[in-house]
Amino acid sequence: MQPETKLKKNLPKKQVVLPFLKSVEIAVKSIKSRFFRSLITTISLILAISFYSYIKTNSYIISGIVFSENKIAIQTLSQGGYEIPATGEQYNTTPKERWILFLSLLVCVVGIVNTQLMAVADRFREIGTMKCLGALDRFILKLFLIEAFLQGFIGAAIGALTGAGIALCGSLIKFGTLAITYVSFNGIFISIASSILLGCFLSLLGVLYPALLAARMQPIEAMRGRD
Amino acid sequence: MENPTNIVRVSNVTKDFTMGKSMVHVLKGIDLEIKTGEYISIMGPSGSGKTTLFNMIGGLDKPTTGSVFIDEIDVSQLDAYELAWLRCRKIGYIFQTFNIIQVMTALENVTLPMIFAGIPDDAARDKGMELLDLVGLKPRFQHKPFELSGGQQQRVAVARALANDPAIILADEPTGNLDLTTGDEIIKLLKLLSREKGVTIISATHDLKMLNVSDRVIWVTDGRVDRIENRDELSISLGKIDEKWG
Ligand SMILES: Nc1ncnc2c1ncn2[C@@H]1O[C@H](COP(=O)(O)OP(=O)(O)OP(=O)(O)O)[C@@H](O)[C@H]1O
Ligand SMILES: [Mg+2]
Repeated sequence: MQPETKLKKNLPKKQVVLPFLKSVEIAVKSIKSRFFRSLITTISLILAISFYSYIKTNSYIISGIVFSENKIAIQTLSQGGYEIPATGEQYNTTPKERWILFLSLLVCVVGIVNTQLMAVADRFREIGTMKCLGALDRFILKLFLIEAFLQGFIGAAIGALTGAGIALCGSLIKFGTLAITYVSFNGIFISIASSILLGCFLSLLGVLYPALLAARMQPIEAMRGRD
Repeated sequence: MENPTNIVRVSNVTKDFTMGKSMVHVLKGIDLEIKTGEYISIMGPSGSGKTTLFNMIGGLDKPTTGSVFIDEIDVSQLDAYELAWLRCRKIGYIFQTFNIIQVMTALENVTLPMIFAGIPDDAARDKGMELLDLVGLKPRFQHKPFELSGGQQQRVAVARALANDPAIILADEPTGNLDLTTGDEIIKLLKLLSREKGVTIISATHDLKMLNVSDRVIWVTDGRVDRIENRDELSISLGKIDEKWG
């Protein structure tokens, strides 16, 4: 409708593409060949998520013990500093736990932003080269997001299982089989699943700013390797 | 090709860079016309603005004033998608520093532009192997760049530049980091392409051997075109070249 589009009449309207499966393939290869960097990015996530998963799973175990109405166990619990809810109610994490949890997640995201910024700086050339070969900004964004999602998923899964495992083992040692007799396995499943989701989310959150920086970079800037 | 048209036209292009408070005038008004299928060498001392000019022609940077036309289309008029398409399909870049993607194998490097162009996996793979064969690296298709020598990496870059059958190859000092023999091989390869496939080759260089294969040599000094010589005029002035640039 605009007359100015006529200016470009000679250039066939064609698009550059990066199919989803291809971008996953590239992202996986990139993670593999930069294993140590990926590991460093993932370790803080594994720690934070295992802590989150531990707290979550623990709260379900405590709820189970309270439900058992076993006097000795409940006494041990309150001596351990837990606020025992009324019978039949769910145990809720203490404000102190929530505060530490919040801090650990915050530190984790800051850590991810930091390592991802370094990763972007390391990959200036690669990004520039891809752009010279016809990559759009959103191809770069896509590659970084998929990489972060995969790292986040694997890290969070390891963290979630570790955290839940530690919580279960710890309470088994303390309370014996009582710890799991009344526990809601649904609840434990929920804590693991929510930990994994949270981990993916944090990983994506942490990579967003570095990935946007990378995607917006002009090819020559990237080639010159300056910041 | 009885009537070759201008595939590249540079019209009064200037480029300034601001460095803090001061302004550097790098290109001071460049006019060029390059015909389809020509082999052009751009010569000039270090810092004369060759790379800057290349970035303008390749659509990697925008001129401060003036325009670059590719197939008579003003590059600065293109939107991000069309620009990406131009970089992907129309132009093949070869850089002095190879710029092979380190985490990909030789074959993956060569097929990447074809993926962007939407070519199916199998076809891209076949074409990639064909191109690696052309540059003599077929047996090494699975090698990563760090397992290849400088010359081999540059040959991968040449193969990659050819992936989508570009009309133009922009080579910024393609032999700058290579020893004499491998440099010669790259030059021969480029010449072969220009002759057999009719690809337009524009190459910046300090390498005098590059001149022998060029149709025209454009001498750039201090951001301006100093003079343009056809091949037949070259042999006369080659003695002087040795003095001045050698
Ligand atoms: N992004 C930039 N910002 C500031 N100055 C720049 C920039 N790019 C290039 N220049 C300046 O422009 C001048 C020309 O640079 P260019 O890289 O085009 O030279 P060249 O002819 O390619 O040199 P060489 O043969 O050494 O590669 C140099 O003085 C350089 O410092
Ligand atoms: Mg240069």
